[in-house]
Amino acid sequence: METKIMKTSSLLLGAAGLLLMSAVSWGQMTAYQESQRLNMEAHVGKYTGHAKDAEGTYRRYCVGCHGVEGDGQGENAQWLDPMPRNFTLGQFKCRSTPSGTLPLDSDLYDSIGRGFDRSVMPPWNTLTNQEKVDLVAYVKHFSSKWTTEKAGDPFPIPPEPEVTADKIQQGQVLFQKLECWKCHGVEGRANGPSSDTLTDDQNRPIKPYNFAEGARQKCGSTDRDIYRIFMSGLDGTPMPSYIDNVKPEEAWELVFYLRTLQQKNAYNAKEKAIAKQLGLKPIDPNAPVPAAPAAPAAAPGGQQ
Amino acid sequence: MAGGAALTYSPKVSAAGVSVTGTVKLDGTAPHQKGIDMSKEPSCAAIHKDKPVTMENVVAGSSGGLANVVVYISQGLSGNEVSSAPAEFDQKGCQYIPHVLAINPGQHMKIVNSDQTSHNIHPQPTKNNEWNKSQPPGSPPFDVAWANEEIAIPVKCNIHPWMHGYFAVVKGPYGVSDDNGSFTMPNVPPGSYTLTAWQETYGTQTQQVTVAAGKPATVTFTFKAK
Repeated sequence: METKIMKTSSLLLGAAGLLLMSAVSWGQMTAYQESQRLNMEAHVGKYTGHAKDAEGTYRRYCVGCHGVEGDGQGENAQWLDPMPRNFTLGQFKCRSTPSGTLPLDSDLYDSIGRGFDRSVMPPWNTLTNQEKVDLVAYVKHFSSKWTTEKAGDPFPIPPEPEVTADKIQQGQVLFQKLECWKCHGVEGRANGPSSDTLTDDQNRPIKPYNFAEGARQKCGSTDRDIYRIFMSGLDGTPMPSYIDNVKPEEAWELVFYLRTLQQKNAYNAKEKAIAKQLGLKPIDPNAPVPAAPAAPAAAPGGQQ
Repeated sequence: MAGGAALTYSPKVSAAGVSVTGTVKLDGTAPHQKGIDMSKEPSCAAIHKDKPVTMENVVAGSSGGLANVVVYISQGLSGNEVSSAPAEFDQKGCQYIPHVLAINPGQHMKIVNSDQTSHNIHPQPTKNNEWNKSQPPGSPPFDVAWANEEIAIPVKCNIHPWMHGYFAVVKGPYGVSDDNGSFTMPNVPPGSYTLTAWQETYGTQTQQVTVAAGKPATVTFTFKAK
């Protein structure tokens, strides 16, 4: 009897050992790695964030969705769509850096403060700046990428030019030429021919952004944010980066055209007025892409 | 279905290597490959109007050969030469040509869009960094290199969901089987090696090979059809 118990308990011990060992698999951390990575810092403006200082804040506000391991598998995760971010991958949608690179600390800081429109991630404005920067460091400590790679070089965004009718029309040509409509639809209503087939990196269905639906985007709502979103792409989603093939002046033209697709909001009064004056019609995807702009010098009409 | 015909490994410094050639065979009948409906992309559908296109998960030739199998040295290789051979991955007729591209870590490859439509190139690696870039028609090729070995990185186009291919990032000499199942690994230095053959649906197989100086070696891999 006694030997039997001993056998069982040694079996149990063995099983526990195996379990422990398997916990140190890919994407998870040993206690040593954890303690090392908790030294992670973040720098935003005059603030320096420390991962160790964010443990309490993370456990109070973030762990329910993002999980103890930061893998996006918190206990609420199963009810959520879109799913919480898996921080262990070191991959982020909202970046001012090229596709495939790590974001700046300030990008993560902005994401925490802004929240994500059309998700359950709220703007965490109740946290102090210091708490947010500490959280940025804590978010970074979940992925080993931050110990082996630096953040990408942010691409420059030139000053926004004045909106004109020509620029809006040019932007419309680009909308057709770059085939934004294949996913976003000819009127930006997220109903393009490829829209139903899109999946994210976890193979979950994902919808393109519907411009007609609102004024806010996941990665910010200003003209500069829209510029940055399509130049950087949204990593982990079907939205690619356009920075290699779109010039800065073209990017601004596209921003102005995209504004005309939105319902009237705090940001697009000018663009809407010009579109109305031009009698702007949605693109015809079956027609060839117009080659040249409609005589730029002859049409200063929309400037007012 | 263009196999990996034009893909060779040619290191900058040609060692006293010999070529390892061989055949990859499929034992049995290849599973049915679903047809691809490209009607949503008329410019591509027009290219294939005479010959319907199918998926390429298993591409078997008429002589029992199996195409798109990457053969590489998984053990026994010393040195870390990076091939300087040009590697090109073309998007043509809304298909990837070749369907499987083998490449060394650090070797440069060109991604070309020969189509009249926009593509986005979206590789989904697990051991390299993931990115996603658009390539409108007429835009210049991308120059790409992968830092780490990875068998294999799936690549897709989100705009055209049927487009599917692989980058096999392997060290040392490699060959990719053509439609007849034939492959050539050039410049293999004399020695004893473990060769691995990887096929996207059937996984990997290994075998030992000893390469003697000045004596080209021949190997055969056989995958069982499932």
